[in-house]
Formats: sequence, structure tokens, C-alpha cells
Amino acid sequence: MALPDDYLKYPMRRHGMDHDRYAWSMLPRRKPVEWPGGARVALWIVPTLEFFPLDQPAKPFKAPGGMVTPYPDLRHYTLRDYGNRVGAFRVFRVLDELGLKASVCFNSAVAERYPTLVREVTGRGWEVMAGGVDMGKLHYGGLDEAAERAQVAQCLETLRRLSGQPVTGWMSPAKSESERTPELLAEAGIRYFCDWVNDDMPYDFVTGNGGLTAMPLSAELDDQAIIFGLHHSEDDFAEQVADAFDTLHNEAEHEGGRILALTIHPWMSGQPHRIRALRSALEYVTRRQGVWSATGAEILEAWRAQQ
Amino acid sequence: MKSDPGLYGYNPYSGRPKITWPNGARVAFWVAPNIEFYELAPPPNPSRTPWGRPIPDVVAYSHRDYGNRVGHWRMMEVMDRCGVRGSISLSVALCQHHPEIIEACAERDWEFFSHGIYNTRYCYGMDEAQERAIIQDSIDTVKAATGQTISGWLAPALTHTERTMDLLADMGLKYTCDLFHDDQPQPVKVAKGRFCSVPYSLEMNDVIVYNSNQITPRRYADILKACFDQLWEEGGESGTVMCIPLHAFLVGQPHRIGPFAEALEYITGHKDVWVTTGREIAEHYLANHYDAAVAHIDALAKQGA
Repeated sequence: MALPDDYLKYPMRRHGMDHDRYAWSMLPRRKPVEWPGGARVALWIVPTLEFFPLDQPAKPFKAPGGMVTPYPDLRHYTLRDYGNRVGAFRVFRVLDELGLKASVCFNSAVAERYPTLVREVTGRGWEVMAGGVDMGKLHYGGLDEAAERAQVAQCLETLRRLSGQPVTGWMSPAKSESERTPELLAEAGIRYFCDWVNDDMPYDFVTGNGGLTAMPLSAELDDQAIIFGLHHSEDDFAEQVADAFDTLHNEAEHEGGRILALTIHPWMSGQPHRIRALRSALEYVTRRQGVWSATGAEILEAWRAQQ
Repeated sequence: MKSDPGLYGYNPYSGRPKITWPNGARVAFWVAPNIEFYELAPPPNPSRTPWGRPIPDVVAYSHRDYGNRVGHWRMMEVMDRCGVRGSISLSVALCQHHPEIIEACAERDWEFFSHGIYNTRYCYGMDEAQERAIIQDSIDTVKAATGQTISGWLAPALTHTERTMDLLADMGLKYTCDLFHDDQPQPVKVAKGRFCSVPYSLEMNDVIVYNSNQITPRRYADILKACFDQLWEEGGESGTVMCIPLHAFLVGQPHRIGPFAEALEYITGHKDVWVTTGREIAEHYLANHYDAAVAHIDALAKQGA
């Protein structure tokens, strides 16, 4: 039986995108951006503090890194909880020693369960970013609107109360969204989010409740994606960070400031045998001139002022 | 269903009629960027789900979009530097969505061939009229956008039917990239016309190497060099083809473009390499080697080889 005739109809075949969320734009044709102090590369480090519930639901899918074995999967539950108990402190120490800032992305369940971690972040003057409620509470196509609004509210109420910060940055668990996640985030006072991985620079994102900025936080240059997802070695991870930095640093000479954004999972990079790779990657970057260590909110502010 | 696609006869690598390339080159080398458009909410096809997560699959969709916004421009700069004209495997709807990319490639005299309308519209389940319609759409769209008449085809998302090759040949195309059985062009058996395969290596394809085989960017460069070295050596006896199929959303990432550029500089820095396009390889083969290959394969079949 043939496919229905409308399989060969293309209602969104037009100039630009096949949706109205953002404008089509080519990176090299944009106005160059200048970073404070004439820096070439803004270094944006995003450690993620995640809570994988033991009863993580399988539907609509499991966030990568979640439970694997039949219940109760103590093995993966505790391996992930390791990041919040031990790994985060190792990662923070490396950042301290290199004089780097971070935007730490919290599942609100982590903040609620381990408020010590919130104090570790606010005490350093770093940014608290929102990462949803926990890794089992996904935002996804088909999720009920009231349920999703409640997830956003629960996350932001908790993080704002515990941190005392405005909390304006967001990354959804597993970067997964429903059709209306951007509307709900804008409505809740979020200014930037980083689930869409289509750019190396910020860009304007349209929602029915006012604008958001999509910030570039690669799903590729990420310790979990490289070491856990692709099974590359720790040294390979460090080399890829260095190679990415070189590309961006070179490009910035002629095309304006660039951003090296790096997601770090303390349950991955915070293991004793991996922490050196993270240190080595960051040492490579910080040895170079023209690097501006900044939080997501600071990068957004500097970028926004030039638009 | 058939047990053998019936598209080609057995043609063992040793004892073939010799292939010669222009200027005595050993290897015909071509780079095939896949410039694709994936739809955020494509219509369902009963044989294949477009996205792994419920729509909107934000990460997968936006990752592909990265290729057009960012990666393409980095990849094109490296190809310019190495003097390589791309042969574009094109989701032809990109002529409407992103004509700026089409113009930049046309200015460089790159070749355009069809990779379907969108990479989220599959041929599975199409009847003959529908499949003819997407081929005609491809011909007309690329002609209107660039003035070029397409010669080649890589099925959208590598989705085929039993009649795909017959229809391509009947509608005037010259070559397919969908067959991975050889390192030299080969005759393809079609109902009507002269039609050939041009090697388009999945083994060198960045999606397969980076994602399926989970290879690091630096090791990908080593693999490309090793492949080239072997084909260059064998090309001293009879001309070989090396293709690098690319996707800017992968190779154009900041952590990958540097090692790739090194490999491309290595390959194009060699003597006796014909840096060319898919169409030029197909035309040269059809004009100079196709008939001898058909006769050779027929003779082997008669001998019971």
C-alpha cells in the first residue's frame, strides 16, 4: 500500500526554519562580539548535580546515565549519588585551584536533599542554574501542561529559596523538552536556557510568553557524552577539549569572541582516575591568553549588551 | 522480497580491465558533504520513526541544525584551503530553507546531487509514482536554484525500494552512491540506460566513524590517511576511488575540525590524485570504462566465475 498523498506535501518548505522558534542565522555572518577585557574565548563551565531516583520511570525514556538493572538498581543509584557526595568536591577543588568560576546546574532534588552543595556554590559567588526537579522528571512531548508547569515551579521555588539567587538559567533533564517548555520557562522568570545545541553563540528564542536566549552548551563536548557515551578515554576527552579550544581561539582572532562551554558531570569526571584529565584540559585552556572565565548569566549580559 | 538485489554481477578485484584517470592519477578523490534538512515534526512513515524521543526531539533536531548554522562554514573553509570542491548530497528542500548555503556552494562550482527532499521523508512504502515525484522534484528544485542538472543520488536516510535504481536511470541520472560493494565505479543493472555506482564509503563516513564506531576525532584523521595510502598504492595498477562523506553537524564541531583538516591537507598534498566530484568520476567512467567492465563481467558470468 502506498503512503498517503500528504507524505509528499511540505507545508513548511519555505525560507528559514520549519518552525517559528528562532530565526535562521549563519554564524560567520553575524556581528562580532567583544568580551570584557578583549578576551577571545569565554570559558563557561557547567557542573551538573543530578539526582537519579531509584524508581526512575522508563517512560517516555530514561535519561542517559540512569537506572539499568531490575529494581532496586543500587549499583547505578549509588554511582550517580557519588557525584554529589565526593565527585563535586573534587571538581570544585580543581576549579578553585585554577581560579575558575562555574554555573552549577542543580536538579532541585539535589539542593533539597543536600543543601550543603548549594552553600558550596553560593559561597564561591558562582551561579546556581536550574536543571529541573530530578532525572526522572523529564519534560517531553505529550507531558500534561499542568504537570509540567508544576515541575518548573517546584524546581525554581526550591533553588531560589535555598540559594537566594534569582536563578535565571535553565537546562532540562537530558535536555528534553515538551512543545511548550520554552513558554513555561519564560513565564517562570527564566532568561536563558541551553537545551538546543544548534549554535556556538547565544541567539534569540521566541516563546508565547516573551523572549528567551538560547545559550550554547554543547551536547558533544561533554564528559558524559565522550567518556560514557562514546567510550573514549580520559586523555581523549582532554585532547578534544583542547582541540575545541584551539578552533574557537583561532576563530576569535577574526570573527569576534567565542564561547567554550563545557558540561561536567561530577559522577563521571569526579572519579579519582578521571579528575586529572579534567584538570589537564582546563590547564591547557587557562595557560592561554585571552580567556574569560564567566558564568552563563555574565556571558549572557555581555552578549545582550551588544545586540 | 529477493535474496540478491540483482543490481550487479560478481567482478573480482583481480584481473579487471584497467581504469585510468585523467593525467595518470592513481586515485580519484572526492568529498561529499551531506547538506541536510531534518524536520522538527515530520509526518509518520510506518517503517521508520524519525526521532528517538517524542517530538519535539530538541537535542537531535538542533544538533542537525548546527551543521547549517555553524559547521558548514567551518567545513567549507577547510575544503577551500585544500582546493576541494564538494559534491553535495543535498536534502533539496534546503534550496528553499537555506538558499544562502546553496549560493555559497554554487559560487565555488560545487556539484549538487539529490539526497531526497528532507532527510526525514523516507522512501519506504512509496509507489512508483511517488518515487518518481521525489526524483522529479529533486531535478527541478536543483535546476531552479543552481542551473545544474543533477546526475547523482543518495537515497534520503538511505531508504530504498526495489525500483529505485531503474527509476533514477530512466529519469536521466548517471550514478548512485547507495552501493558500498566496491572501491571502483561499477556498472549497475537497470531496466533502461547506462548507470553506475560511484564509491561513497560508509567506512569513511563521519557519522559511522564518530557515532557508530565511536572513534575519536584524531583517530578519524589516522583512518582517513590509512585508507588513502592504501588506495593510492593500489591506484598505481588501476585507478581507485576514495570518497569522504561528511556531515557538518559532526565534522564541523570545534573539537573535530582541526584533525580533519590535517587529514585533508595530507591527502590533497599528494601527487597523482585527481581531486574531483562524483559527477566527473561517473562521466569519465561511463565514457571510458563502463563498456569494458560490462563485457568483462558478462564474460566472467559465462565462464561460471
